Amino acid sequence: MTEMTYLDGNMLDGPLRELFAVDLSAATGRCQSCGMTGPLAGLHVYPHAPGLVARCPACAAVMLRLVRAPDRAWLDLRGTTYLQVPMPPDEPQPRPV
Amino acid sequence: MSPGFQGRPRSAEPALPPGQYLTEDFPVLSAGPTPKVRPDTWEFVVTTEAGAERRWSWAEFTALPQDTPTVDIHCVTRWSKLATNWQGVSLDVLLDGVDTDAAYALVHSYGGYTTNLPLADLRGGRAWVAHRFDGRDLPAEHGGPARLLVPHLYFWKSAKWVRGIRLRTMDEPGFWETAGYHAYGDPWREQRYTGD
Repeated sequence: MTEMTYLDGNMLDGPLRELFAVDLSAATGRCQSCGMTGPLAGLHVYPHAPGLVARCPACAAVMLRLVRAPDRAWLDLRGTTYLQVPMPPDEPQPRPV
Repeated sequence: MSPGFQGRPRSAEPALPPGQYLTEDFPVLSAGPTPKVRPDTWEFVVTTEAGAERRWSWAEFTALPQDTPTVDIHCVTRWSKLATNWQGVSLDVLLDGVDTDAAYALVHSYGGYTTNLPLADLRGGRAWVAHRFDGRDLPAEHGGPARLLVPHLYFWKSAKWVRGIRLRTMDEPGFWETAGYHAYGDPWREQRYTGD
């Protein structure tokens, strides 16, 4: 049996920088709770709170939370199964080693 | 004794925790839609770590001995409001006779909100389930029919639309505590975020 290896999180820098450089309002998200799939721009965001809370427009489950401290930020996407992000064609993607 | 020495004036005492400003109004903060909870279907339940439950209907809850605390409240978004007037039931009453060795509590609300705190912070006359504010029934936007009131911690711990408390042997972070906010949240030590 082959032991699974992993890389440290530094390898995410490139992919994530590319991901978060795009306009995420054009991204599509899938709700972990009800399966609704739609644009991030369609989420219901509750901004009068200790952080931003974005809820599914269909079932009101929390899909995204963003907390901003002066020197840190937390992004919680446990309520989102995936984000589908429009990408320019033919961009080579990093692959797991 | 020096002539004219008056000692330290009381106004020099810090009235607000660090980083807070005073507000006279009562800002409404909410992480989601306001749950519509009717008193005739409302319940409050304490669940021990062994799974035993104690439940109160609205009629049973409002028939319990009532406190009328006047307390200062401090929101992590930096506003503080002084001398707010509440009516509610002390957690000492609700926890009286509950058989538990738990050290922590996870508070849960109608609408799905949760927040965690040490069980000791719910005892000792420092926490209430409040259902009236300023002499009136607690409005839904402020957590009515009933909300937790734990004024010695940042106000996100004072869960609106409270439904119950699960007693736990391990600390389990709640809604904001899993998204960067401090597990305890003492405003006088400015414990806003994880690691503060």
